[in-house]
Amino acid sequence: MEFRLPVGEWIDGFFDWLEATFSWFFEGMREIFIAMFDAVDWIFATPPALVVVVLVAVGALLARGWRFAVGSAVGLLFIIGVDQWDNAVDSLALVLVAAFLAVLISVPLGIWAARNDTVSKILKPVMDFLQTLPAFVYLIPALALLRVGVAPAVIATLIFAMAPGVRLTELGIRGVDKEVVEAGQAFGAHPRRILRQIQIPLAMPSIMAGINQIIMLSLSMVVIAGLVGAGGLGGDVMQAISALNGRLGWEAGLSVVVLAVLLDRFTASFGKGMGLYSTWRKASIAKKEAAEQARFDAEDSTEATVGA
Amino acid sequence: MNDDTIALRAEGLYKVFGRHSDDAVLKLHRGTPRDQLGAGTTAAVIDASFEVRRGEIFVVMGLSGSGKSTLIRMLNGLHPATAGTVTIGGDSITDTSPKKLRELRRQRVSMVFQHFALLPHRTVIDNVAYGLEIQGMPRDERIARARKVTEIVGLKGWEEKHPSELSGGMQQRVGLARALAADTDVLLMDEAFSALDPLIRRGMQDQLLELQSELGKTIIFITHDLNEAMYIGDRIAVMRDGRIVQIGTPEDILTNPANDYVEQFVQDVDRTKVLTAESVMRPPRAVVHLGAGPRAALTTMRDEQLAGAYVVNKDRTIVGWVRDRDVFDLVRKGEKDLSSVIQDDHGAVPADTALADLFIPSLEAALPLGVLDHRGRLVGVIPRVTLLAALGGEPEAAVQAAPRPDPMPTDEVDQVLEAAVGAGAGDTKEAI
Repeated sequence: MEFRLPVGEWIDGFFDWLEATFSWFFEGMREIFIAMFDAVDWIFATPPALVVVVLVAVGALLARGWRFAVGSAVGLLFIIGVDQWDNAVDSLALVLVAAFLAVLISVPLGIWAARNDTVSKILKPVMDFLQTLPAFVYLIPALALLRVGVAPAVIATLIFAMAPGVRLTELGIRGVDKEVVEAGQAFGAHPRRILRQIQIPLAMPSIMAGINQIIMLSLSMVVIAGLVGAGGLGGDVMQAISALNGRLGWEAGLSVVVLAVLLDRFTASFGKGMGLYSTWRKASIAKKEAAEQARFDAEDSTEATVGA
Repeated sequence: MNDDTIALRAEGLYKVFGRHSDDAVLKLHRGTPRDQLGAGTTAAVIDASFEVRRGEIFVVMGLSGSGKSTLIRMLNGLHPATAGTVTIGGDSITDTSPKKLRELRRQRVSMVFQHFALLPHRTVIDNVAYGLEIQGMPRDERIARARKVTEIVGLKGWEEKHPSELSGGMQQRVGLARALAADTDVLLMDEAFSALDPLIRRGMQDQLLELQSELGKTIIFITHDLNEAMYIGDRIAVMRDGRIVQIGTPEDILTNPANDYVEQFVQDVDRTKVLTAESVMRPPRAVVHLGAGPRAALTTMRDEQLAGAYVVNKDRTIVGWVRDRDVFDLVRKGEKDLSSVIQDDHGAVPADTALADLFIPSLEAALPLGVLDHRGRLVGVIPRVTLLAALGGEPEAAVQAAPRPDPMPTDEVDQVLEAAVGAGAGDTKEAI
């Protein structure tokens, strides 16, 4: 009856040791996270809110089309209307920093796993573990190592959101037509070149889906990050819960939804050939190709004349 | 060590997938059947040895699962061999560093794939130039060269299209152009035409043969289609269950199958397109020399019981043919020269004519169809029964069913020959 595994104690002890031994490392990490957060936050918070709304709407038009542009403007105006703009900007900065770092780590890990079966076998359970462990549990050691504020929120978000990035990158690269990869090999291309010229371009839709998932998971973590004093929309939601303030809760909550929809649609449109930007790009490529073809044809006809 | 005429040599190649592959090779070497190697171990290629001569089309033919795709991938090292060696023009593929192997692939051997394997995000011209790009050729130069090759395969005007805008046949021409542009001696083609419609496939086969006659590449072609193998192959290796069961020319394989498996396989082949006049012809029976004169000619025809005979010069080049009753008349008149009755519409065909193209000439010829070598010499004849027997797969049957000539009555001829002045022509029919 008295048998009990003190697993929690061990892990906690491990983190204590980590903190004691590598405090300089975590201190540096904290500084970097805070600096990154501040930089991104500054970009969105410095211009007047309405200017940002217009810029975002223009971006939406380029990425997806006019309907999305109108929708995003309306959504952002709603956030301003419920006086959650500053919180939303904080949350956005947090999501962008965490997602950026998560992409930076997970895409190369996914590529590595795709090229090496052993790595894949090791990473699979690790990713399962990271994704299923209740997100709150990360917060405790993160808090211990990085102290209250943005830094523990970034690390917890990043770990939580990484898994789909790794998985979808690996899946995408493994799913590239085997014959096309063989073609690269058969013509004597270096594996790195095959990766760059064949595997990554062809796996791009899957990698993009992974990045989209990373951003969505980061956002879902933002509310929880309010617990560790990261502020933003999550901070207000936490405050609303503790004060049983339904009004504030709804306003902050709906702002999270607006942000989520915006980020999802933006990232989902990457590489799908939607919006004004890709229309322009397609037109310019088509024009270039047509010009090239015309040049070929013209050269051929002069050759033919000379030949005759 | 290496003969100059050999482009690629494979010796004792084994490919075993799964665990204990080296063990498995030893077992196979000692004669263990491949289905008794144990679970998790699959022998895809067993003891394959062959030589491919420079400039020939060497076809590896087998059903799916026979190991042919694995075999071709061992020739450029996409699948490392478990045992055995591959050398291309004196350089080993099987025993070399990854760097050297990439260099060999760039310079010596290129490949065409079953499902084209084009880069979908690149234009036709950039796909064709891909091999050159990897060889490190500057852009302008490689585009210029790629354009030439694109034109050769008939895709002029499509340079700036993307593969998805092209039909299957055109896509495979891009694949072929990409391999040709790399300008390697050896070309590996893995079921290159199998994914195409039959009509387009036939067109591609013709185009390949045409290109081959111009460029003189060494081509190793994989197919499961025996008709395709017979049509394009100079030599064919037939594979079954990982082993090469026979290597030979299409005619060898058709006429002397090494075992029941090959024999069963070749039953469905359209023989008329593979077999040539040379392979079914008989020695000419009644041949008359131009200078021999009417009496000798008539004697020969009587002895052979024939109603007509070919007339040849001293060096056996053909002059024409004579009918027995014309010669009979000459002999009666006491003429000494045969040339007045020689007919020159002999209709003889070159020795490499396919059986399919013999039927009409055979119908039109009055005598068994003559066969000429490249210098115009009469080297054989094909009686119609022989043609029919060859079609049935039993050329020997023609011997039993020897042609029944319908010559003039012998006694009548004898009379004329003896008297040298005849008693009048008998009731002769035109014989065949």
